[in-house]
Amino acid sequence: MNKHRVVITGMGVVAPNAVGLENFFKAIQKGRSGVTFHQKLKDLKFSCCIGGIPAIDKELKNQYLTPLQLRGFDSAGILYGCIAGMDAWQDAGFIIDKNSKTDYDSGMVFGSGTSGVEKFREAIYKLDNYKVRRLGSTVVLQTMASGISAYLGGILGLGNQVTTNSSACSTGTEAILMGFERVQSGKALRMLVGSCSDDGAYIWGGFDAMRVMTYNHNETPEKGSKPMSAEASGFVPGSGAGALVLESLESALERKASIYAEVLGGNINSGGQRSGGTLTAPNSQAVQKCIIDAIKDANTKSSEIDAINGHLTATIKDPLEIENWTKALQRKGKEFPIINSLKSMIGHCLAAAGSIESVATVLQLKHQFIFPNINCNEIHPDILKLISKEKIPTKMTPKKLNIIAKASFGFGDVNGCIIFKKY
Amino acid sequence: MTRKELITSLKKIIKPYSQNQEAFKNLSEGTDFINDLKINSANLVDIILDVEDEFGIEIDNESMEKMLSVKSAINIIETKLAES
Repeated sequence: MNKHRVVITGMGVVAPNAVGLENFFKAIQKGRSGVTFHQKLKDLKFSCCIGGIPAIDKELKNQYLTPLQLRGFDSAGILYGCIAGMDAWQDAGFIIDKNSKTDYDSGMVFGSGTSGVEKFREAIYKLDNYKVRRLGSTVVLQTMASGISAYLGGILGLGNQVTTNSSACSTGTEAILMGFERVQSGKALRMLVGSCSDDGAYIWGGFDAMRVMTYNHNETPEKGSKPMSAEASGFVPGSGAGALVLESLESALERKASIYAEVLGGNINSGGQRSGGTLTAPNSQAVQKCIIDAIKDANTKSSEIDAINGHLTATIKDPLEIENWTKALQRKGKEFPIINSLKSMIGHCLAAAGSIESVATVLQLKHQFIFPNINCNEIHPDILKLISKEKIPTKMTPKKLNIIAKASFGFGDVNGCIIFKKY
Repeated sequence: MTRKELITSLKKIIKPYSQNQEAFKNLSEGTDFINDLKINSANLVDIILDVEDEFGIEIDNESMEKMLSVKSAINIIETKLAES
């Protein structure tokens, strides 16, 4: 098979610490936290009352969705996804025109965990009150898992595969790799890929009940997310969306698009919930295999990897993730690549994590810098046994970067790893 | 409420759903929701809910199916108002 090279020609992002690519670029350089206290969580008796929610006002909303689309609209994830996706599409040089012809060369894989939980809640209250006929036309579209791809696909007029994937916290990373394979194989010229997540009590409640979110930082929200830190005590929930336009190199060159970076390859696998893997815990063998196979797929070598953008959520599993990286790469101590986690600034954006973090990873390659790990002054002792302290920079660092590996792992024992290269 | 007043109220309700602004401006009793105003058929149920709220009436499934034009909508609203 004639494989096409795949490059990134557009990006968009809606993150807790910034909305829009330019703002996000500045925010991650500065190490700005987007984690804040939420009274509603406290009122609802959550243990963890902090979280990352993107700031979007009515005016901004109206720039992206029509008054008709906003009628009875209550699906934060779809809103975030539409903003990120439309931004990415325009950033890649395309015009959004509702009268355009169907574009059969362009498709989309845009993931989500669930869709429209607020809308779903409203619908259930009506239903239980014998008012099913009062639901109107908007419930299905906003609560179906593929709501985001249905909304965005229509706004952009995409005519290739238009779908939504879902694989817990590896959703965003998986979406990128699914789109990558479609462009690489020539089934599409370009794919808009990304993921989104709702915010708030109804999506985060189950995690609070599992006691996997931190409850030590309700007074100091911006210091609450501490990946790799000795004081890490659980993740901080986040939300938002990230989007990237993947395109064949030929197509990008032909239309003289500006190129952010290349997707060299990657791998998606599952640990099968065997060998230590469970519904919630990773099978380490599978994690290592995923990384090794991603490097193989990218036709590169472990020694070529300059930096890692980890999954690193700030739970007790962080040291295990580092150990898996050291084993997969056969590099440790001073030989280990630089590693960082965007979750220190924005929390764990769940289904949106992989795509938002990939946007940050690609910005690092494009602009040759490493964003800081904030809230990590005291590194976890088990991590220091594996890699040198200076591999976890706490300040923004300009750096020559050629290849960065990005990984995400999710409930269900699923893994994804992407190899990005400077173009 | 006169027929003219009913049309004015109805016009306010269907404005956000109308995709053809020209046809909306020239709205008359003969205007068809889907063919003229290019309203997405899925939105017809939303219009009916808005009509119910505005006039304090309930529109049964059978009447719903007939509400495809300004004229039929006005007729149904008048009938339901007279019943209530």
